[in-house]
Parts: sequence; structure tokens; C-alpha cells
Amino acid sequence: MANDILVLADHIGGQLSDATAELVGKAKELAGATGGQAVVALLGAPALAEQIGGADTVLTVDHPALAAYNPEAWEKALLGVVTERQPRLVLIANSTIGMDLGAGLSAAWDAPLVAYTVGLNADGGDMVATAQVYGGKLLAEVAISGDKGICTVVAGSFPAAGAGAGSPAVEALAPPAGLDDLKTSFLTMVEPEGGDVDITAADLLVSVGRGIGSQDNMDDVQELADALGAPLSASRPITDSGWLPKTRQVGKSGLKVKPKVYLTFGISGAPEHLEGMRDAELIIACNTDAAAPIFDVAHYGTTLDLFDLVPALTEKI
Amino acid sequence: MRIVVPLKQVPDLVEELELNDDGNDVDREFLKFVLSEWDDQALEEALLIKEAVGGEVIAVGFGDPDVELSLYTAIAKGADKAVNLTGLGEGWINSHTRAATLAQWVSGQSVDLVLAGVQAVDDLDGQLPALIGPMLGWPHIGVVISVEGKDDTIQVSQEFGGGKSARLEVKLPAVVGVQAARAPARYASITRIRQAQQAGGIEEVSTSPAGNGAGIEVRRLFAPEKAGHAEMLTGSPEDVADRILDLIRSKGLLK
Repeated sequence: MANDILVLADHIGGQLSDATAELVGKAKELAGATGGQAVVALLGAPALAEQIGGADTVLTVDHPALAAYNPEAWEKALLGVVTERQPRLVLIANSTIGMDLGAGLSAAWDAPLVAYTVGLNADGGDMVATAQVYGGKLLAEVAISGDKGICTVVAGSFPAAGAGAGSPAVEALAPPAGLDDLKTSFLTMVEPEGGDVDITAADLLVSVGRGIGSQDNMDDVQELADALGAPLSASRPITDSGWLPKTRQVGKSGLKVKPKVYLTFGISGAPEHLEGMRDAELIIACNTDAAAPIFDVAHYGTTLDLFDLVPALTEKI
Repeated sequence: MRIVVPLKQVPDLVEELELNDDGNDVDREFLKFVLSEWDDQALEEALLIKEAVGGEVIAVGFGDPDVELSLYTAIAKGADKAVNLTGLGEGWINSHTRAATLAQWVSGQSVDLVLAGVQAVDDLDGQLPALIGPMLGWPHIGVVISVEGKDDTIQVSQEFGGGKSARLEVKLPAVVGVQAARAPARYASITRIRQAQQAGGIEEVSTSPAGNGAGIEVRRLFAPEKAGHAEMLTGSPEDVADRILDLIRSKGLLK
């Protein structure tokens, strides 16, 4: 009840995200400290309950409006669950769903929220979260006092819960009123366009970011990529500008890649980008800002101007 | 369609961030403040909607440092009106207070759509659009990459990881958090911005912070502990190019 740690199951298209197990692992640990239970709220898709290991209880809420993700329907259902159960803390993945429902629940339930959480501990009566701020350049230590709170958690922050001994108790809750009378309706899911190079299959990627400056300069990097026999990938600003197709975007909202070598030019390393490439075997970064976060994950780096380095590389191949 | 686009100023991350004496905020004295990049995307999407179906775009600032330049730039790009909500104070202004103050102002206007940047680099207590929705009692959708529609209904694309997206339909009024506009954000020429500045016309609305605050206590800010750091390659571009090609060869990828 009031000492429980509640996790919102993060799922789309019938698939639970990896984040859910990470949140359940943390919830179990915190529940040990608060003397409560690790409880998972599963909205729509009740069949996924059997895939949720490590929790004490899974609460399912089912209704046709919850089947696909609909922010309005899910927020109503989640608010119903927390109002009834009054958990001490609610953990939500910092996914698209979490970007809607973390702050949405904070306003609707009148509970404080720490967004972009990467660390979390019980400290006496308080919950103390560590969260990314200013594009990951700084971390904030934030206390949530009082009897309720919410954290939206960055993927990969906590180890995933094991399947655990025995399966959690599953309890079905009645859907809240109002799900038949929504202003938001889900129409369809759109899958990514195929037909382009699959950057997740490449051993070597040449990746470009905002530092390239203008579309005209893309030619130089393309020439280098061609000489290396590698596809060109990019961070978000480049695909948003339309300089490369969305299929080349690496990061949280793009693709996760794990090449043998990831060679970057003009990428500063925002947390959303690092989430998609930090597992590459060898990362070599070129950025004129010596303090750029990309150098904290890169194995080798240089602050040379890319406009000097790129032609020199192409020349030598 | 009457569209409100909140514009928030944030520290320019190109600059070095130093901490204040208490260690619980950045030292703002010498910082440069720029428009939050997602808000620029929201403004672009609002202008695209206006061009497609007509309507009015109102840019709304929160009295942040140098917000006047962003508001005049919005007018130069095609916004019809600029409003600056002053009185929120100085230093870090949390999202809950911004959202409550904006919601209070919006509820006194006739507004169909609030289009806000989906996030900001300092929204530690939550993203503005998702907070405003419940405060106004309006539906809200974030991480949106296109908004189309007219009259009382819009269709949006909401983006998920791996390049997937969902199409949703929403009855207005509503709040949308924009991840990226359908087209790259337009530029406003210096001449146009100067013209807007000379014409003046930002409506100043004096407010006081609304709502109950964020309810969190920022104990301290600190630089992340580095798990490691790249070995830096120095020398001429030719020297560094040789080293990089050697590294690539060491993975058996280049003859």
C-alpha cells in the first residue's frame, strides 16, 4: 500500500521493453527498504503478465481503449491505479510513454516528479534520485519528501530483474470510468520504411552530427565513408534537417548500433545519442569541443577541425 | 485555429557550466541564454499548420533572460502575436510553475492548441506539455513529429524508438509536445528581426507564480564521474589520420 513501489509496464506492439525489467529490479530493492511490495501496473495486453518476473504483484487493467498506447486512456487508467493503491513511488521508463505519463501523472495526481533519473535510493524517509540535466553535462541530486512521488528513468540505469522465484500474483483491476468517452483515438502504427542501408548490420559506421554545419559539407564526409566502404549514419539534428534519411539515425529515437568501429564527426554526445551507440567495440570521436560528452564514451578522440581531418583521411585511404 | 507556442530560454550548452556558491544551480551570471531547441521545432510546426489551414500563432515567453529576442524572432518568422509572462522570478524556474502559470493565462484566452517543445535541457521536474494538459483538463500527446488538421480535430504522429510511429487523432482543445517539426526550422533574417524589434509590440503580462511548485528539493548539482575518457590523438591532421586508419585496421576492417 503506502510503502509499495509501483512500476508502469512499458510496452508497445505487444512487446515489453527491456526498461520494464530494469524498473522492476529497482522497485524490488526499494520495496525492501520501505517494507512494501514491488507492484507492476500492466495496462492493456494482460497476456504480458506472465513475462513480468521479479515483482510481487502484477495489477492488470484491461479495456479496448488500452490495447494500443493511447496517452489519454493510459493516463486515466494509471491515475486510477495509483489513486486506489497509493504507492510511495511510481517508476516509469523515460520512453515516449514515460514522456507523456510521467509529467501527466505528476499534474493529475499532484505528486512530485524527477525526470531523467539515473540513480535512486531510499534515504530515511526520503527518496533520493540522481538525474541527468543540461544534456547530461551535469547530474542533479534531488530529494522527494512526502508520501508520494514519481521518477521517469533513463534506459540502462539499473540492472534488469531476474525472473525470480515463483511468478508474481496477478490481480485484475476494473478499468476506470471515462474510457469509452475519450478525446484521443489511436488510428494505426506505422513501421519504419525499409529499403535503405541497414546501419545496425555494419561493422564500420561513419557518423555525423550538428558540427558538420551545413548540408554542403555532407559531401566531404560521404566521400570519406565511400572510401572506407562504410555507410553514413547520423545524430538527430542531421536527420531532422533532412540531410540523411531517418533510417540512418542513431540514438534513443533512432536505431541502436553496435559496430566494430564507430567513427564520429561533429557529434557532441547528448544522452539520447549515447544511448544508441555506447556499446560499439571501438569509438573514435572528432569534435572541436574538448569538453564534449562524446569523449567520455569514446576510446580515442581528437579536437582537430573535421574539415581538416576528413580530407586528410580520405586522401590516405 | 488559435495556437499558443510557449518559448523558453535555456543556458547555451556550448558554454562551460559553472555552479553557484550553494552548488544547487548553475551560475547564471555570465551564461548565454538561447531558445530551447524543441521550442523552435514547436514554433515551426505551428507556422506550418497556419500556412496549411489558416489561424493565428501566439508565441508566449516566461520572462526568461533574452526572451525578447526569441519572441521578436518568432514574429519575424510569421507569428501573429507575442506575449511575455513576467513575474516568475529569477534563477531556475521549475516546469510545474511554468505550466501552472501558462495554464492560468491560456484558460483566460480562446485557444485551440498548445504546441510546446516536448522537453528542455533543464526540465528536471517534468516536461512542460505533459504538465499543462492535466492542468487545463485537455488531452496531451508528446514526442510528436507531425501535426495536421483543421477546425476541431488534429491528427498527429507520435514517435517511438527504432523508427516506429503511431497515428493518433485528437479532438481540440489539446496540448502537443513537439519532438521535431515536419520541416527544418526556418531562419529569420536579421533585417526581419530588426523590423520586428523596431515595431515592438510584445504584450507584457505581469503574473505571479501559479501552482504548488515542483515539490522536489535539488540538493546539489555535480559533474558526472567519468567512467573513462578517450585517449586524445594530437598532431597534424595527417598524423591523426594515420593513427585513426591504424585503429580501423586493428579491427580488421581496412586493407
